[in-house]
Amino acid sequence: MAAIQVVRSEWTKIRSVASTVWTLSIAVVVTLALGMLISALSKSEFDNLSRNERLSFDPTFISFAGMTLGQLAMIVFGVLVVSNEYSTGMIRTSLAAVPQRGTFLFSKIAVATGLALVVGMVTSFATFVLGQAMLGSHRASISDQGVLRAVIGGGLYMTLIAVFSMGVAAMLRSPMLSLGILMPFFFLISNILGNVPATRKVGRFLPDQAGSRIMQVVTPVDDDTPYGPWGGLGIMLLWVLAALVGGYAVLKRRDA
Amino acid sequence: MIELEGLTKRYGEKVAVNNLTFTVRRGIVTGFLGPNGAGKSTTMRMVLGLDRPTAGDVRIDGRHYDHLHDPLKYIGALLDAKAMHGGRSAFNHLLCLAQSNGIPKSRVHEVLDTVGLTAVAKKKAKGFSLGMGQRLGIAGALLGDPRILMFDEPVNGLDPEGIHWMRNLMKSLAAQGRTVFVSSHLMSEMALTADHLVVIGQGRLLADTSMADFIEQNSRSYVRIRTPQRERLLDVLHGAGTTVVERGNGTLEADGGKAELIGELAARHQIVLHELSPQQASLEEAFMRLTAESVEYHAHSETPPAGPWGAEWRRS
Repeated sequence: MAAIQVVRSEWTKIRSVASTVWTLSIAVVVTLALGMLISALSKSEFDNLSRNERLSFDPTFISFAGMTLGQLAMIVFGVLVVSNEYSTGMIRTSLAAVPQRGTFLFSKIAVATGLALVVGMVTSFATFVLGQAMLGSHRASISDQGVLRAVIGGGLYMTLIAVFSMGVAAMLRSPMLSLGILMPFFFLISNILGNVPATRKVGRFLPDQAGSRIMQVVTPVDDDTPYGPWGGLGIMLLWVLAALVGGYAVLKRRDA
Repeated sequence: MIELEGLTKRYGEKVAVNNLTFTVRRGIVTGFLGPNGAGKSTTMRMVLGLDRPTAGDVRIDGRHYDHLHDPLKYIGALLDAKAMHGGRSAFNHLLCLAQSNGIPKSRVHEVLDTVGLTAVAKKKAKGFSLGMGQRLGIAGALLGDPRILMFDEPVNGLDPEGIHWMRNLMKSLAAQGRTVFVSSHLMSEMALTADHLVVIGQGRLLADTSMADFIEQNSRSYVRIRTPQRERLLDVLHGAGTTVVERGNGTLEADGGKAELIGELAARHQIVLHELSPQQASLEEAFMRLTAESVEYHAHSETPPAGPWGAEWRRS
């Protein structure tokens, strides 16, 4: 069983279902639209900001604001890519064709990750460009220090969110269960934990909090985060690896 | 060739498949028969490596399923017609299976043609009827031109035309020298297609025999008699040592008796006969007797049998 055959097969699978197109389209559209809106609002509010807030003003990070919602569509993409196999019963046909379960799972995840990376990068660059256009005189330039890193990091962040979801879906199998846990987690719980002072120290080690650090160019004035941009992405990567190992262990052990 | 050796599957306390040992031989249709819940599907899933056996072993041409290189070229299986993504077109469903096993795209068109789905190849599978879904599943099984084919309840839910098509397909596959392993809970269906029979009940092997031997060993032959002089004939037959069972509407059944002897006996005593016909119990009866015994033995061993075998279902 050559892995390249399985990768080709998984590419056919992913391009031949509608959910791929609509989840990724929503991710792009929502991220861009919300990013532009918040950039425009930030520009008009700039004059009302305090001195500290102006020092912490990060035009690059502001243009990524749409990702808080856009990432939810990436989560749906990641979950559906894996759990569709289970919810449709296709998994039995798939594993009969490719009984090497590791090859099966990681070919699928490799293909979906590649696609998410392309979409994530395009989205990240587009939302940066559009967001800066909205910010007008407060805009950042791609050649400013740390900006290119942040924009590439934005693409990596969206990709890793999707891969993390794939790993979780491989563990839980059910699309409803996976989404029911991941959506509220990333939309609500992570934000609450990250903003309540008592839990902030824990919250910032969650995958999205740590990973989104890479998109910051200006460090907030009173910041005491114990890791840098790449350190944060590294923490996120550890979460992703843990989810993938868990997903593989479940697939390897359980009956299909 | 599929070889099962001591194959066992337990789900907690429940034993779904219990120490199954048999061989599916090449070039013939082997029917895999058992009542619903006997463990047929579980066994087939273990053959494909989808479920892990609790104990025992199953090999295809001497190798474990996950050691087969491009397994669709060795064994094609239809376990569940719905085991596909409904949003994918028939063509793409087969294409992704073909690519994973290094099967050329042209073969996808060939199998679509074989099962008669070329016209709807671009349509999404969720719009398919059960029969069309079944055909698509069979196209998937044929994709790698495998020497072994395995079908789980392939005629379930098909219309008469579909059943006819499925039967002929299985026969022609076997005629091409392929090994066909097909499960069913209908003995009558097996009688039309299978050369060899493996019968299981409660996960245990009940019979592993040729179809002809199975019929001979398990069916009951008797002579059906109708006569206006019931009492006299009963006396005469009892006197001759023949066991007679009374059925409704004046019919008698003489177990194991020869029609000629009964006729001569009746003539000697000048008894009028309206009917005298040798009967062979159907295969369905033979199968039900076999499995009913197994069910009774395993599940209700403390309750004594209520009457002669099959008395309950015969009445209905």
